[in-house]
Amino acid sequence: MTMTDTEPAAAPDAAPRAQYRLEGVTRTYTQKGRVVKALAGVDLAIDAGDFVTIQGPTGGGKSTLLQLLGALDRPSSGSVRLGDIDVATANNRELGRIRAHEIGFVFQGFNLIPTLTAHENVDMALEPLGLSKDERAARVAEALAHVGLAERADHRPGELSGGQQQRVAIARAIVKRPRVLLADEPTGNLDESMRDEILAVLQSLNDEGLTLIVVTHDSAVARRARRRLRLDKGTVRDITR
Amino acid sequence: MYLTYLRRELAGRKKQTIIVAAGLAIAIALVMIVNSLAAGVSAAQAQALESVYGVGTDLTVTGAQAAPGEGGGARFDFGQDGGSTTDDGATELSQSRLVTEPIRSTLDASTLDTVTGVEGVSAASAALSLTNMTFSGELPQRPDESADSGAAAEGQPPQQGEGGGGGFGGGSFGVDSFTVLGIDPSADAVGPLSAVEVSDGRGLASSDDGEYVAVLDATYASTAGVAVGDAIDVGGQEFEVVGIVSSTSDEADTASDVYIPLEVAQELSGAGDVISTVYVQAESSDAIASVQTALQEQFPEATVSSQADLASTVSGSLSSASTLITNLGTWLSLIVLAVALVLAVLFTISGVSRRTREFGTLKAIGWSNGRVVGQVAGESVVQGAIGGVVGLVIGFAGIIAINLISPTISTAPAVQSFGPDSGQGGPMGGGGGAFGNAVMQSAGTDIVLTAPITLWVVVAAVGIAVLGGLVAGAFGGWRAARLSPAEALRSVG
Repeated sequence: MTMTDTEPAAAPDAAPRAQYRLEGVTRTYTQKGRVVKALAGVDLAIDAGDFVTIQGPTGGGKSTLLQLLGALDRPSSGSVRLGDIDVATANNRELGRIRAHEIGFVFQGFNLIPTLTAHENVDMALEPLGLSKDERAARVAEALAHVGLAERADHRPGELSGGQQQRVAIARAIVKRPRVLLADEPTGNLDESMRDEILAVLQSLNDEGLTLIVVTHDSAVARRARRRLRLDKGTVRDITR
Repeated sequence: MYLTYLRRELAGRKKQTIIVAAGLAIAIALVMIVNSLAAGVSAAQAQALESVYGVGTDLTVTGAQAAPGEGGGARFDFGQDGGSTTDDGATELSQSRLVTEPIRSTLDASTLDTVTGVEGVSAASAALSLTNMTFSGELPQRPDESADSGAAAEGQPPQQGEGGGGGFGGGSFGVDSFTVLGIDPSADAVGPLSAVEVSDGRGLASSDDGEYVAVLDATYASTAGVAVGDAIDVGGQEFEVVGIVSSTSDEADTASDVYIPLEVAQELSGAGDVISTVYVQAESSDAIASVQTALQEQFPEATVSSQADLASTVSGSLSSASTLITNLGTWLSLIVLAVALVLAVLFTISGVSRRTREFGTLKAIGWSNGRVVGQVAGESVVQGAIGGVVGLVIGFAGIIAINLISPTISTAPAVQSFGPDSGQGGPMGGGGGAFGNAVMQSAGTDIVLTAPITLWVVVAAVGIAVLGGLVAGAFGGWRAARLSPAEALRSVG
């Protein structure tokens, strides 16, 4: 099975170069009365257009790091800069704007809304952008075509395979033309063939200039990356060879 | 996208939507029906009072409660040669008496003038409440006139009358009664006759003072088979029926069966220059309380009652219905409403909790707090609206059903009874057994209970639906707003 069933539509416009710079980032939580240090003084720089994987044991802080990069959370200390914006000091409104415009997020469990069609799920990501109805429809069609699901636009998640659902999630992430795509175990719930489908999609997006940061346990995914980071007990090291 | 998402979510959670909407619908329908019934009962009470006390009566002045043994009573005396003898030797007896109310003292007739002179009184009229009791029956042939003087009647105890020992039993007797109201023919501004219309003949006029003329209630006239121009026996006196009146309300009767001039009523009853009730109209609604106080001071022994006091005297099933609706009905509808609101809130909060990942994802892809809260609130308001529409339909159906059934309920302003023990029975003279209790009932009415549909009821129903949706939406929205996207996504791994 080829990745796409039809010729892909025109690729999204090349994203402007984005740059992540993390300095002395820590993040602690209180869980059941205990203080958990998920990140302990992380220093990291990610260039625009980079394909970075983050590996490590469960509980090592990978998802926490991804959430900081995705402006879903603020560090307990340190700075997380996306271009000129420091996530650590931005207010909730600014963080919301960053999430709406700059960052695409792909989740392990797809996190699609089961009562909406593929088209409508992708359209959800355009809700905060204030686009016209026609512009939204055009972008959604483009995004679905890009992931090879143009003919499945009217199907609900329950009518799609795991790989197709993840492709819808990727379409939802890229429809807003973000600077960065963050993926948390995007192939974790998929079998081998579907994993390859998704990897191919992600690779092609990166080839078009989209910065890609993927948390993964899957070595097959890690092998595709240009940079490989390992996060263990809250500290990060580069394991790219 | 807002409406699409809303519609799909409600359709996807049908069970929750149905439960929340059904709860609100039941509460709304109950509130509608209870409110409507309450309005109907109020109208029925007003109607009942109107038929008895007339339009425009703000206060009544009545005598104090009579002590046992006092008050009017029927005493039937038949002499040795009383009655007429039939062909078979039996004796037919019939006697009518006009008696005052046994449970309440009368007032001096001058009370009316005193009342009229009280400041704040714009009009007053007086009436004398009486009951005409007719004892009639037949005694079998007397023992001293029978061929077989030693024969004893079967099953009858020996009698101790003037005729000496030896019983002869076997007689049958009955007591019929109807209410009579002696009124001032010229007083029609206030009092019982202010709420009637003449359906045949004419009403009483001031020229009827001292005349043996009567006006009958339409229902009584129909039952008794009496028409204008006929004669009726009132207190042993023949009266000419000059008119028939009916209540202005279709469902109610007038205050009395028969109306005769006050002077004649006083004379025939032997009660003297007395009255039983003064009907008072105050100059304004603001003056009622002060007039009531002034009258009570003027007549410390009498009872001065306002409309509210009069309403409480309406007994019968109307009173029970009023109590039931006011107490049980109101509390029940409030409890059901509270339960429905709590259900709506709990289901909404529960729904938000179950959609933690969904809302976390929406926030992660850029949805603002306000947008998420708006979505949750919108779903709740729609659930409330569905409940409101269904509740309105059920409520209207219930109200229409009540109006179709049109239950008739009785009202009885006062019920009086007397019997052998109350000193009202008298010696029969020559025989006869005891007769049973006779029950006197002053004017009671049967009123058809309706449940009117008022704008207020509809507005209240819609308001409750909207309120239910907003309250549930507020709680759910608050819960959704508190969700941190990071925590939300972390909580589901």
